[in-house]
Amino acid sequence: MKGVLKKISQINFGLMSPEDIRTMSVTKIVTPDTYDEDGYPIENGLMDPRLGVIDPSLKCRSCGSKGGDCQGHFGSINLARPVIHVGFADTLHKILRSTCHTCGRILLTDSEIVDYKGKFEYLMNNEDSLTNIIKEIYTVARRDKCPHCEEEQEDVKIDKPVSLVEGNYKLTPSEVRERLEIISDEDALLLGVNPEVARPEWMILTVLPVPPVTVRPSITLETGERSEDDLTHKLVDILRINQRLKENMEAGAPQLIVEDLWELLQYHVTTYFDNEASGVPPARHRSGRPLKTLAQRLKGKEGRFRSNLSGKRVNFSARTVISPDPYISINEVGVPDLIAKEVTVPVHVTEWNMEEMKECIRNGSDVHPGANYVIRPDDRKIRIYEETKEAVIDKLEPGFIVERHLKDGDIVLFNRQPSLHRMSMMAHEVRVLPYKTFRLNLCVCPPYNADFDGDEMNMHVFQTEESRAEAKTLMRVQEHILSPRFGGPIIGGIHDHISGAYLLTRESATFTEEQAFQILRKAKMAIPDRTGETWSGKQIFSLLLPKDLNMVYKAEICRKCDECLKRECKNDAYVVIEDGQLLSGVMDEKAYGAFAGKILDHIVKEYGTDRAREFLDASTKLAISGIMKAGFTTSTNDEEIPLEAKERIEIHLHKAEEKVDQLIEAYENHELEALPGRSLEETLEMKIMQVLGEARDKSGEIAESYFDINENHAVIMALTGARGSMLNLTQITACVGQQSVRGGRIDRGYNERTLPHFRKGELGAKARGFVHSSYKEGLDPIEFFFHAMGGREGLVDTAIRTAQSGYMQRRLVNALQDLNVKEDGTVMDNRGVIIQTTYGEDGVDPAKSDYGKVVDLDKLIDEMRIKSGK
Amino acid sequence: MKKDILKHEMVPDHAVLSKSESNKVLKKMDIHLEQLPKIKSDDPVAKAIGAKEGDILEITRKSSTAGKFITYRLVKD
Repeated sequence: MKGVLKKISQINFGLMSPEDIRTMSVTKIVTPDTYDEDGYPIENGLMDPRLGVIDPSLKCRSCGSKGGDCQGHFGSINLARPVIHVGFADTLHKILRSTCHTCGRILLTDSEIVDYKGKFEYLMNNEDSLTNIIKEIYTVARRDKCPHCEEEQEDVKIDKPVSLVEGNYKLTPSEVRERLEIISDEDALLLGVNPEVARPEWMILTVLPVPPVTVRPSITLETGERSEDDLTHKLVDILRINQRLKENMEAGAPQLIVEDLWELLQYHVTTYFDNEASGVPPARHRSGRPLKTLAQRLKGKEGRFRSNLSGKRVNFSARTVISPDPYISINEVGVPDLIAKEVTVPVHVTEWNMEEMKECIRNGSDVHPGANYVIRPDDRKIRIYEETKEAVIDKLEPGFIVERHLKDGDIVLFNRQPSLHRMSMMAHEVRVLPYKTFRLNLCVCPPYNADFDGDEMNMHVFQTEESRAEAKTLMRVQEHILSPRFGGPIIGGIHDHISGAYLLTRESATFTEEQAFQILRKAKMAIPDRTGETWSGKQIFSLLLPKDLNMVYKAEICRKCDECLKRECKNDAYVVIEDGQLLSGVMDEKAYGAFAGKILDHIVKEYGTDRAREFLDASTKLAISGIMKAGFTTSTNDEEIPLEAKERIEIHLHKAEEKVDQLIEAYENHELEALPGRSLEETLEMKIMQVLGEARDKSGEIAESYFDINENHAVIMALTGARGSMLNLTQITACVGQQSVRGGRIDRGYNERTLPHFRKGELGAKARGFVHSSYKEGLDPIEFFFHAMGGREGLVDTAIRTAQSGYMQRRLVNALQDLNVKEDGTVMDNRGVIIQTTYGEDGVDPAKSDYGKVVDLDKLIDEMRIKSGK
Repeated sequence: MKKDILKHEMVPDHAVLSKSESNKVLKKMDIHLEQLPKIKSDDPVAKAIGAKEGDILEITRKSSTAGKFITYRLVKD
């Protein structure tokens, strides 16, 4: 098999003629048995040795090659009576319907035949699809009278799966075959059967191919019992009935008995092809389990196509649960030692690594930096055992390949399904660690969309130097900090990294030199020279910034005041970095958060990915040591507001509800005026929604005004972008607000009302799903019910959306996968046809762009201003 | 009432290239004629500017990324 290279010029699909099947067959199968009492295969039985060998020690009687090299050979069964092939029953039905039962001509007039022939030729010359025209012919060619022999035609019906009924008479397969035989080649072509490769009558089986034993191997159980494949069982059934049918026919048995047996043979052949055909009870194993026959082997998710051809299991891969490790680099992955000892890297032995490899072999397969196999130059693979170690070491010389254990610094591919974008598979460096989970840095959670509630991930080990080199330059995590989706960072700080940086860099954060050094030590950063002064958090953070960095931006906590006070911002939201010194502003999500980090983005683009990785590793560590210094916790106490605030909110909500009632009254008194383009009802609905929306926002604002960002950790998280939103907090404290189904207030349930607690047609706030309470107060039963309605809609929507967008993405990927961008920026498909003369019309790689643009001039000008000291 | 479709704002500028211009374009992109995207000869715009089969059209359109974008199409039946 090795070294055979052939180019496929074309593939032809057709049917096998009975002669083809006989020529292909190495033997006729007659005996419905497999092995004799001594365990030898019976000649002309289903396990006939001429059908091929599996045992590598035997030679094949048909082709002479050894077991394993012989793919097997087909046999054949001569059927006593013809039977219909299930897969073609529909086609047969259509053909019978469209041909004359006496003269066998297609039911088209001569002029129609000429017409369609012309169309056929035209389409074939253009290599166009014939499906539509064939479909058309089948609808036209249905006449009550044959245009050629004037014979009246009776309609043929199909009784699923294989019975063809003309009028009240059930056609036997032999009769069907006779009719098909008289169809001329020209007519067959118009019916969609290309006479060069198929004849209609070949859809009726007279001889059945028997697949080689390699296709249906028997399993020997531990008890020594033989267990046959499902296909073999089915073939035994076919042979038995075939035998009985033949005997009965020869003995001149009554027509009725012969027909019954014929039916039975048809059943067995049908289920042999497809055991899930509609209208046939599935053939079962002795245990009651339905047999897995030919169609079942191919079909569906577990079938040959989807499970063995489109997707395969691979060696040198591992899968386990993931867990976080904030102290390893984003480029690394923690690999359990158990896995490191199982998956291996092939290393070519040279003079220079001889000693190292010998040491690996000496360690064996149980001690960590060891080796599992040695491959000799003659391709023999030798497993390393305790006893054989020394012998292998003695023989080791350059040219051998040692399959050594995975060790620190190896490059591996790491992946989490669903692999939706290129950042779902990235190359990591191995860190062999104890315990049983893969460890990853928290910053790489966003690109993989991973969390640690039980997620599992896959690891693949590269087996060649080329693949390792390619992965290291193209797929390393640090090369993917910027996403091609929006030209900004997708890898970056999350959760505590952000609140930590905020706690460290806010105005009030000052430390004694001792404390500052403790933080630095904990973050494993270099300790600077003593100054004897107190340190501000901003100074500590500045140690990480490149010394020539100049930036200005507004932080996430920016309240978007009407007039920006710039450096005098009272929220400390105006970030200014001058020559690598953080002068004002706090570090939050906008600094180095995933999806938003401006500083991180700037460092990748201006200083390269190495610098960016160092910055991200160090700054997240620093933020974590910062948050551990300050202490950080949250509870429902963070959502507590004084009684006075509660009263204010209550008054406010009450007013809003009154306003809603007023609106309804105005509507009922016909005083409400319709907005342009809206009906009266729509206007009312809109106005109510507006009032209630404002009510919730206002009550939220009241609650917010009692929160203190300096004390309240929940608020810190919400405002810095670490986790949660202000809306989440106000829903807990003040008011949950309007629940919605289908984008409007809730208006479903009972006749003209949502629940029996309300009057018919009631439109008030509460009757239509306004939740007045806060989560902390608790919802009353009615509110709870409406809340559940809204919640359920959300769940259903996400379920449907993922399925829909998944399929949409699949189709998009299939359409675009072969396109590529040439050196000059043109986009071509695999035929070389131009799709776009310049990629994206501007030739910009979004991953290397500035948020999709080539340059951001305003940003450049700001930086220059700082540089020039203005 | 018949409108001049070439004046519609959604219709980008189409221009028939001369033989020498066509060759220049093909040479610049290092492709042969058949690799270009196609436009039907009975396309309303192609008819309006009188393009014949085998002509190359230069299409200049507005682009949200590049401002102005030039592409080419081969007229085919």
